[in-house]
Amino acid sequence: MPVDALVAELRRELTPQRVRTGPSELGLYRRDASNIEGSASVVALPETTAEVQACVRAAVRHGVAFVPRGSGTGLAGGATPLDGALVISLTKMDRVLSVDVENRLAWVEPGVLNLDLTRAVAAHGLHFAPDPSSQQSCSIGGNVANNSGGPHCLADGVTSAHVLGVEVVLPDGSLALLAGEAPEPDGLDLRGAFVGSEGMFGVATKICVRLTPNPPAVNTMLMDFDSVDAGASTVSAVIAAGILPAALEMMDALCIRAVEEFVHAGLPVDAATVLLVEVTGQPHGVDAESARVVEIARAHGARSVRVAADEAERALLWKGRKSAFGAIARLQPNYYLHDTVVPRHKLPEVLAQVYEIAARHLLMVMNVFHAGDGNLHPLLLYDKREPGVMERVYAAGDEIVRVSVAAGGVLSGEHGIGLEKRDYMPLMFGPADLAAQAALRRAFDPAGLANPHKVLPSPASCSDIQHVPHGAWV
Amino acid sequence: MDGMDVDGVSAGQIDLERFAAEVGGRDAGEVAIAGAGTRGGAPPGVRTVHAPGGIAWFEPAEMTVCCGAGTPVDVLAATLAERGQRVGALPAGGTVGGALAAGSSALTRLGHGPLRDALLQARYVSAAGEVVKAGGPTVKNVSGFDLCRVLVGSWGTLGFIGEVILRTRPLPPVAKWYSTPSETPSDLLARLHRPASVLWDGSTAWVLLEGHADDIAALARGSGLVECDGPPPLPAGGRWSIPPRQIGTLAGTGRYVAEVGVGIVHHEHPAPPREVDPVVRTLNERIKDELDPWHRLNPGIDLFAAGPVPSRR
Repeated sequence: MPVDALVAELRRELTPQRVRTGPSELGLYRRDASNIEGSASVVALPETTAEVQACVRAAVRHGVAFVPRGSGTGLAGGATPLDGALVISLTKMDRVLSVDVENRLAWVEPGVLNLDLTRAVAAHGLHFAPDPSSQQSCSIGGNVANNSGGPHCLADGVTSAHVLGVEVVLPDGSLALLAGEAPEPDGLDLRGAFVGSEGMFGVATKICVRLTPNPPAVNTMLMDFDSVDAGASTVSAVIAAGILPAALEMMDALCIRAVEEFVHAGLPVDAATVLLVEVTGQPHGVDAESARVVEIARAHGARSVRVAADEAERALLWKGRKSAFGAIARLQPNYYLHDTVVPRHKLPEVLAQVYEIAARHLLMVMNVFHAGDGNLHPLLLYDKREPGVMERVYAAGDEIVRVSVAAGGVLSGEHGIGLEKRDYMPLMFGPADLAAQAALRRAFDPAGLANPHKVLPSPASCSDIQHVPHGAWV
Repeated sequence: MDGMDVDGVSAGQIDLERFAAEVGGRDAGEVAIAGAGTRGGAPPGVRTVHAPGGIAWFEPAEMTVCCGAGTPVDVLAATLAERGQRVGALPAGGTVGGALAAGSSALTRLGHGPLRDALLQARYVSAAGEVVKAGGPTVKNVSGFDLCRVLVGSWGTLGFIGEVILRTRPLPPVAKWYSTPSETPSDLLARLHRPASVLWDGSTAWVLLEGHADDIAALARGSGLVECDGPPPLPAGGRWSIPPRQIGTLAGTGRYVAEVGVGIVHHEHPAPPREVDPVVRTLNERIKDELDPWHRLNPGIDLFAAGPVPSRR
């Protein structure tokens, strides 16, 4: 058995305690936070770059696929191991290695949690701008793998814009530094290729991130509307007016009520939608832009505008936004979260279609999303004990993905493709486009052992379809 | 194409099929692409093609614009400015495609980010003569591998960019250059919240502040900044790329203007050669071999030759 030999080698290279094969532990690693389950044959917990290299080299030697894994908060099955792969968990590599306050950059290990990095540099008036809703538990390595964003991508850009360099154990076990502190390294932008490659180009072992100075002035506003359409139109009008808020988030009626019962933030529970708008910068600019945002919102029918009076109230409003997923448990025990992007001006039209699709499939849908980016997060709520419900959930999800792309959007804004959406890639890309992506993947991983079967759909033969486990959208 | 519609209605796609036919497939031999010629020409004897120009559409409410790679940067900038927007990272002059191929950002990289981050989608002609799409039309997109990043700065060696969708940003209400002989770069960086640019020649600092007029005036007063006409003339001998903390080590190397907090140095001398990790070199070669197996696109370009010097071609 190649796996037995692999395990023996890993135990020699790491320590026996950090190489796990027990069935209950393997069960913990058979999926990420998605519904898609696979199977791992062994889990390794390296603590150093050299140990990661040893893991990858051992996997290559024994012809076993390997899957890098951070905190496992991914929602697209990107970290789901298939066919008894080796899971390389980076959770023990969790040190902030250095911080250059003056030039606003830091070197971190991949297992550092997103929010922990911001906490580590807060005393210097800095933060790490990409802030997924799971930032308390997701790792920087996972953010890099999925190019995971968050509310503040609207003004600050996606994660790729905040990653300066990555030390990578390549899929053949060799070590490379892709870019770094120098802004224009010679050669191709391999750093840019690696960010968002979902563990298929190698394993990140050190990451150089850009830190963002905290703004001198922040104004967080909550405004509510009688219709989703009015809220969505306000979003487009704000951007069209030349204002780029730091964040522009939206929650619909069902979400407002669920969140309010959960966090008691004083949200207007009779509203059809609320917008959470954050404007940051220098004081005069923040005042002027905030006034203009309010004026636009009023013109689009905003019923009330609540301005956070202090940091505590601001934190409460954000807690409401970021607790949305936790609040769902009050409505249904399970949810399926989608992640498509549509052009901002299509938000009203696509949201109307999302509601129609959910109603037709007899499902509750709750919308909480990054409206400024057009990044939708429809949550289909269900009880998996109900017979036949999963078929309806997948059917509704399929339609939501298709209407989003048909509206000029894309498959994923921040979760990635993973297993969940890989067979939807042809909706966005033609054969030549996909062939180019496959070529890039081959350049990094000619043997195809790094997290195989993800992102790229199978060739026309569909010979790989069998690898997609139950729960995937195939 | 000439037409465009600034209200967001597409005036039609850029004709990439014709461009692809000009580039040709694997049997069409070596071929080079040229824009406005600001970054040099093709090697002798190599056929040259030009990417199509024109603005296909501009949607201010989406903050996105779609144009042919052959569009002059200044034409694009003027069009966007009419609706109060810009692509701040684009350096002036030349064509949009040329700037992306070279991958060198404007002097405002500190505040606006690198040019690579402005590219949302590219349609390019591959070595096989096919039109290939990379990226997506929305400001947020993580659908598949990020070929766009690899195209930026590839000097046309992986594919010839034909049409791009770029992210635009609002123009600031006010933008002013200041200078000061007394503040050190580190003090300026610490005191000014996200300035668009801070330059340093070893004795004088220049700062570009953008935003509300009252904020800018207050910041300038607080830091002893004196308004000036613009950035200093930049030495054109070489464009160095160093870790930003190393700009303090430039003294005595010759005349330079460094982008503080970024690490780009405009120097009178060419960039000193840098050691290239053999693993990184091999990866570069593999990508080239995969995307242009016949090595027919922009022959003669060596991405590791002497650092990213804009004038080398």
